Amino acid sequence: MKKKSIKTLKFIGLGFLEPLINLISGEEPKKNLSLLAKNILFPILSVFLFLFLWYCGATALYNKEANIRIEKARSEQGKAEAQKMRECIASGDVSCQPNTLPSPAQVYKAYLVLWKDHLAISDKKIAFKEKTAETNTLRAEQGLSPIKYTGRPSFLDQIGTSLKTVAAGFLLALFIAVPLGIIIGLSDVLRKSFNWLIQILKPVSPVVWLLLVFMIVKTVITDPDLDKSFIISFISVGLCSMWATLINTSMGVATVDKDFINVSKVLKLSVGQNIFKIILPASFPLIFTGLRITTSVAWMVLIAIELLAQSPGLGSFVWEEFQNGANDSNAKIIVAMFVIGIIGFMLDRIMFAVQNLMTFNKA
Amino acid sequence: MAILELKNVSKSYGSGSSKIVVLENINLSVEDGEFVAIVGFSGSGKTTLINMINGLEFPDQGEVLLHGKPITGPGPDRGVIFQNYSLLPWLSVYKNIKLSVDQVFPKLKRKEKDEHIKSYIDMVNLTPAIDKMPSELSGGMRQRVSVARALAMNPDVLLMDEPLSALDALTRGSLQEEIVKIWSQDKKTAIMITNDVDEGILMADRIIPLNPGPKATLGPEFNITFERPRNVTALNKDADYKKLRNEILEYLIEVGATRKQVSNKKYTLPDLKPVMPGRIIFRKKKKKEKVKYF
Repeated sequence: MKKKSIKTLKFIGLGFLEPLINLISGEEPKKNLSLLAKNILFPILSVFLFLFLWYCGATALYNKEANIRIEKARSEQGKAEAQKMRECIASGDVSCQPNTLPSPAQVYKAYLVLWKDHLAISDKKIAFKEKTAETNTLRAEQGLSPIKYTGRPSFLDQIGTSLKTVAAGFLLALFIAVPLGIIIGLSDVLRKSFNWLIQILKPVSPVVWLLLVFMIVKTVITDPDLDKSFIISFISVGLCSMWATLINTSMGVATVDKDFINVSKVLKLSVGQNIFKIILPASFPLIFTGLRITTSVAWMVLIAIELLAQSPGLGSFVWEEFQNGANDSNAKIIVAMFVIGIIGFMLDRIMFAVQNLMTFNKA
Repeated sequence: MAILELKNVSKSYGSGSSKIVVLENINLSVEDGEFVAIVGFSGSGKTTLINMINGLEFPDQGEVLLHGKPITGPGPDRGVIFQNYSLLPWLSVYKNIKLSVDQVFPKLKRKEKDEHIKSYIDMVNLTPAIDKMPSELSGGMRQRVSVARALAMNPDVLLMDEPLSALDALTRGSLQEEIVKIWSQDKKTAIMITNDVDEGILMADRIIPLNPGPKATLGPEFNITFERPRNVTALNKDADYKKLRNEILEYLIEVGATRKQVSNKKYTLPDLKPVMPGRIIFRKKKKKEKVKYF
């Protein structure tokens, strides 16, 4: 039981929790306690240190912004107005709040607001579904498409859209880059002749890819029912992120251990068997490293791409909040920043676990 | 009748001025059921020789004949035991062997295949480790899997390229006995490459030294007539054994010594005097002196 849980933790990359489990089972308390402090306590302390520094920085910026406002009121409108501004800021009135880096407390408040907003919207959605249930069954009988909820998406809906886009983009990258990488990796001639193209396209900015995809999709897809912004953004994400997998796959296939190739030759394996039984498994470690890089790149470029493609995900959430300029907009942007970071971290852990599952231990 | 014949085989790598002739004029004929050991220094072209027999490389001149027909490529009629095991690390012991059995006996029924594989795993005493991955096995166990894999293909000729040289002395001894035991059960033709004369005497019917390269040729063959099964301790006391061993070693040392004396060219070194760090004096030079380097 204990060994199994440690193994599972290590498998998903949470090996630092091992001393905690040892401690619970009462094994070497002194050693495990110091390990626990090193592995868990100090990282937690560093979180508090980070929050403290953030708080100090935010307060300093807040005071500076407030002083600028008061000074401006004094020089433009006179002493009385300056006094009024000072009182207004001190009272915490929304109309005259200094707009700067939000403090941790404000960010937490914004997080609560977003959560409440999500609950309210999901209530609305359920109500809408109940209301339209009858009409929709009627419409289905007549062969018409059902009426869909077209209201504002909540923050969680936007996270869902983003994840969907990344998943679609990742799959696109997988299905383009891995087969292409294998073909290029198998042939020295192909690798040399296409290397320049890969090297040129690899550093191209996500924005340029988006515009390129936009040019093509705009002409190819004319059906108004299709979600064009989603299609454009997931294709751009796929095209941006596939290069790491492509290069790693071709590298992996090209550098398969000569001993394995000799085994395949001695057994006279056919071309297909050679690829699927020898070359692919032998290059899995490199392919999965490439796929891990692809996921993190996909998640990173997604925000910029959604922002430009108007796809209703996290990217457009950030952009809309920035344009919105409400008094808690900045705090909401910081919430989005943390959510993006945490999801990116989780995606990487998932890929890490899949990599461990699929690849062999080096003998 | 000779099952395997090498006729005037020569092999070289590179071309032009960088051409190196590895093997020259190799003549060898191996009888059916014979155990031949080829002993030589490292770098003398032993692996090239065995690669030409298993079909991974081809001779420049001469021909390699198996059953009287020239070899056109690798094939399952020649089982190979590689020096570094060459097990596929993503497959278990069972599946590593199954891969070769699937390839050689595609028409066998599933149950028969299973029995076939298990019997060979049992032969090398690895039944308890049947589902283990190669990374979980010791070096000796891995080499035994490799032996089982080669034998499970039921080859006409068993080729071994320094099969035991990566193992420690103790494991080596027990595997030597095991390989000979398995060989004597099936009476396959076996060709083993080794750098250990004792190993050759213990296992083989015939030892052929490979003179050191470049342009390596085969030396005079030594027949080993000790009765099987051979016992290491008994052999060690045998006077004939000592004599044979010394003969082979003397021959090898002699040909090895001639290799060292290949070049008689003398190199003259330039007459240089070092500048010691403490002697550098920062002062205006009065006269520009030409520095003589040679």
